[in-house]
Amino acid sequence: MSSDKVVHLPEGLRLFPGAGALLGPLDKLVNWGRAGSIWPVTFGLACCAIEMMDTGASTNDQDRFGILFRASPRQADCMVVAGTLTKKMAPALRRVYDQMPEPRYVMAMGSCACSGGVFDTYAVTQGVDQIVPVDVYVPGCPPRPEALLEGFLKLKEKIMAEEFRWSSVR
Amino acid sequence: MKEPSKQTVEVPVATGDEDRYRLRMGPQHPATHGVLRVDLELDGETIVACDPQVGYLHRGIEKLAENRTYAQTLILTDRLDYIAAMSNNCGFCVAVEKLLAITPPLRARYIRTIVNEMSRLASHLLWLATHALDIGAMTVFLYCFREREILLELFEELCGARLTFSYPRIGGVRQDVNAYFIDGLQRFIDIFPEKILEYETLIDTNRIWLKRTVGIGKVSREKALSLGLTGACLRASGVDYDVRKHQPYDAYDLVDFEVPIGQEGDSYARYRCRMEEMRQSVRILQQCIDQLPPGPIVGEDAPDLHMSQRIIPFREARVSAYGTGLIALSHKTKPTYPAGDIYVATEVPKGELGFYIISDGSPRAYRMHIRSPSFIHISALTALSEGGLVADLITNIGSVDVVLGESDR
Amino acid sequence: MEQRAIADTLKTQFSEEVVDIVEYQGQVGVLLRPDQIVPILRWLRDSADLRMDHLRALCGVDNSKRKTSYPERFEVVYQLYSTELRHEIRLRVLLPEKDPHVDSVVSLWSGANWLEREVFDMFGIRFNQHPNLKRVLLPDDWEGHPLRKEYPLKGRKEWQGLVELKERIQELDQHGFYPPPPVEAKKGGTAKKGAKNPVEPQKTVAQAAGPASAGKEKTATVAAALPAGVNTGKTLRERDQA
Repeated sequence: MSSDKVVHLPEGLRLFPGAGALLGPLDKLVNWGRAGSIWPVTFGLACCAIEMMDTGASTNDQDRFGILFRASPRQADCMVVAGTLTKKMAPALRRVYDQMPEPRYVMAMGSCACSGGVFDTYAVTQGVDQIVPVDVYVPGCPPRPEALLEGFLKLKEKIMAEEFRWSSVR
Repeated sequence: MKEPSKQTVEVPVATGDEDRYRLRMGPQHPATHGVLRVDLELDGETIVACDPQVGYLHRGIEKLAENRTYAQTLILTDRLDYIAAMSNNCGFCVAVEKLLAITPPLRARYIRTIVNEMSRLASHLLWLATHALDIGAMTVFLYCFREREILLELFEELCGARLTFSYPRIGGVRQDVNAYFIDGLQRFIDIFPEKILEYETLIDTNRIWLKRTVGIGKVSREKALSLGLTGACLRASGVDYDVRKHQPYDAYDLVDFEVPIGQEGDSYARYRCRMEEMRQSVRILQQCIDQLPPGPIVGEDAPDLHMSQRIIPFREARVSAYGTGLIALSHKTKPTYPAGDIYVATEVPKGELGFYIISDGSPRAYRMHIRSPSFIHISALTALSEGGLVADLITNIGSVDVVLGESDR
Repeated sequence: MEQRAIADTLKTQFSEEVVDIVEYQGQVGVLLRPDQIVPILRWLRDSADLRMDHLRALCGVDNSKRKTSYPERFEVVYQLYSTELRHEIRLRVLLPEKDPHVDSVVSLWSGANWLEREVFDMFGIRFNQHPNLKRVLLPDDWEGHPLRKEYPLKGRKEWQGLVELKERIQELDQHGFYPPPPVEAKKGGTAKKGAKNPVEPQKTVAQAAGPASAGKEKTATVAAALPAGVNTGKTLRERDQA
C-alpha cells in the first residue's frame, strides 16, 4: 500500500503508510469489511423480484456497491425477501434463512413483505417479520430499484453501527 | 431443521429400481422463475417422473375479487402477471366492459393496443433474458434489460408506474398520451428491430443454444391442444390460434399484423415464434402511432371509476380531445349492474388470459374465475419433460414462459 | 356456427340432459345435468361440424348466495372453443349441495387435470376417475374450501403448518446469534422490547422516495439503527456511561 494513494477509512481507523498496517477497534474493521461486500441470496417471490432483478441488471448495476446476488443461502449474508409471502411458502423461507451463516441480515422488499400489502386473505402472511427477523424494510408496491439500493445503503449504515457482532465471546 | 417441512407432498415412489432417486427442485431456485417447485424422480440424469407443485404464491385473488368492486379488483390484476401487468389490466377491463355493455372510445382502444404491445415486448424481453440466462448466455440478459428499461421509462412517462400500472379504466384509459411519450416510443420503435437482430446474432446460430433448444420439449399439434397450451407455445406447434385475430378486442381488428406459426413444437420453435412476435409488435405499434385518432379517452357511458361498495351513479365524463383527466361533473343515471355471466379472453404475452365473470346485479363480481395460461403451461411441464434430462427441464420451464403470480392467483 | 345454433343442436342431440339455455351479451350457456357430461363433451369435440378442440377454461361456481334463485348449489363451467371453426359455447353442469361430484374429462383433454384439481381444492367438488385428485394451490392439510361462499375471506382457523412453524421459530431463536434474553434479566428498554417480540429486532425503514432522501434521513436513521444491545441489553456506549 503506497503512501501517495488516497484511502478512505471510517472514522476511528488509522492507516500506517509504509507499514501496511491498520489500527483501530476490531468492531470498526470487521464492520467495514462486512458492509462493503453484502452478498444477498435472492428470494424472489413475486412482482418485487422483477425490480430486484432490474436492480442487478445493466441500468442500475448494484455490483458497484459490492452487492452480488448469490443463488445459495450458504454463500450469502443477506436475504432480500422480495414479494408476497404466502403461508405455504413460509416454511421454505425459514429454511433458507436457517441455512445462512451468521452474520445474516434480512431485507423485506415491498408492501407485501413488509405488512401483507393488499392481500389480506386466508393464504397470505401479514409481513415476513412473523417468520424471520427483518433488519431493513423497503416499502413500495413494488419499490423502485433506487429504493432497493437505498435499502442496501441503510443496511450498510446499520452494519457500520454494529458492535461485537463478530465473536460468540461477548 | 433437517426433516422436510410438513407440507411435503409425496413424490411418486420409485418402482424398486435402486438407481432411481428423487430430487426436489425449488420452491426457492433461481431457474424456476419464482416459486415453482418440481418434484423429480431421476434415473441417472434422465427424468422418469416430473411432478410440478404450485401454490406457493396463491394469494386468493379470486376470493378477494368477490369482495371488491370492479374498480377495486383492477389493482389485483396488476399482480397476476406482473411482468406484463398492462395486458392483465386491459384484459380485465375488456371483460368488465363486455359485462356492463360499455364501448370505450376509439382513441382509448388504440392507446390500449399500444400499451398492450409494449407490455408484450417488455414481457418477451424479460423472457428472453431469463431463458438465455438459465441456458448460460449472460450477455443476452444484460442486453435485454437495457432495452426493457427504455420501455419501463416510457410506461413511467405515461402513467407514473414501472411495473404495476392500473392504467386502463373500465370504459377507457386514465390519461392521454403526450407528445413526449409518442416521441420516445417512435425512437424506441426505430431502434428496436436492430436490437432484435443483435440478440439473434448472439444466440441464433450459437451452437450451445441450438444444442439446448432444438428438439427439446417437443409437443405435437394434437398434444398441445389437449394440454390446453395457448399463446406462442401453441402456435409453435402449428396451431393458428391467436385471440387478437380470432376474437379481436381493442384496436386489433384495425391494424395489420401477422401471427407467426411454428412447425416443430420444440423449445427452439417457441423461441422463434416469440422473436417474430416482437417484430410484429413493433409493426402494430408503428401503425397505432400513425393511425392514432383524436377524441375522448373515456366513454360517455363509463361508470364512475371509484365504483365503491355503496352504489353511486354513473357520471358524465367530459373529456377534451387531449383529455384533462377525469372530472366528475354530474350524476345523471343510476347504474345498472346486470345479472349475467361472461367469458372474455385476451391474448397476453403468456397465452390466452380469460376472465369468467358472473354478476348477480350487485356492484361486485359474484364470481370471477381467471383462466391463467401459466397455470396450464406448468401442468404441461410433466408431458414436456418426462424422458428428458434435468438440464432440459430448465429449458422447458424457460421456454413455456411461466409466471407464478398468474399461475397461483 | 352461432352459439345459439350450437346450443340448439346440443338440445336435439341430448334433450334429456339439457336443463336450460341462457344467453347474455351474445354468449350462450347451456345448463346440463351431470351424468352425461363426458359423452356430451366428446361429441362436441369430435363432431365434424363443431370440432370444439380447445378447452378454454374449467371452473367451479358456488350459487348459494346468489340473489336470483338457482336450481342447484354448485356448478362446474366448461368453456369450449374451436380453433378451426372459431366458435365457442359454455356448458354449466349443475351439481347438488350434498356430495357434489362429476365425471372427469381428463380422458378428453389432459390439460383438464390441474383445472379439475383446482376446482376440487377451492370448492370440494370431486371428479370421478381423476388420476390424481388432490389439492393443487393450497397445502394438503388445509381445512376447508376457500371459494365456497361460507368460507370467510381471512379464513377461519390458522393453518396447522404455520402454527407449527411459529412454535419452531420460538425454539430456533434460542440458538440464534442474539438469543432473546432470559426473562429475569429483563432490564433496560431495548432488552424488554427484544423479549416481547423475539423475532423482531431493531428496524430501519428506508424511505421509498429514491436516492435523494438518503442524505436527509441519515442522522435520524443511524440513531435508530443502533444494535439492541449485546447480552447485557445495553450498548457499549451506555455501559461506558454507567
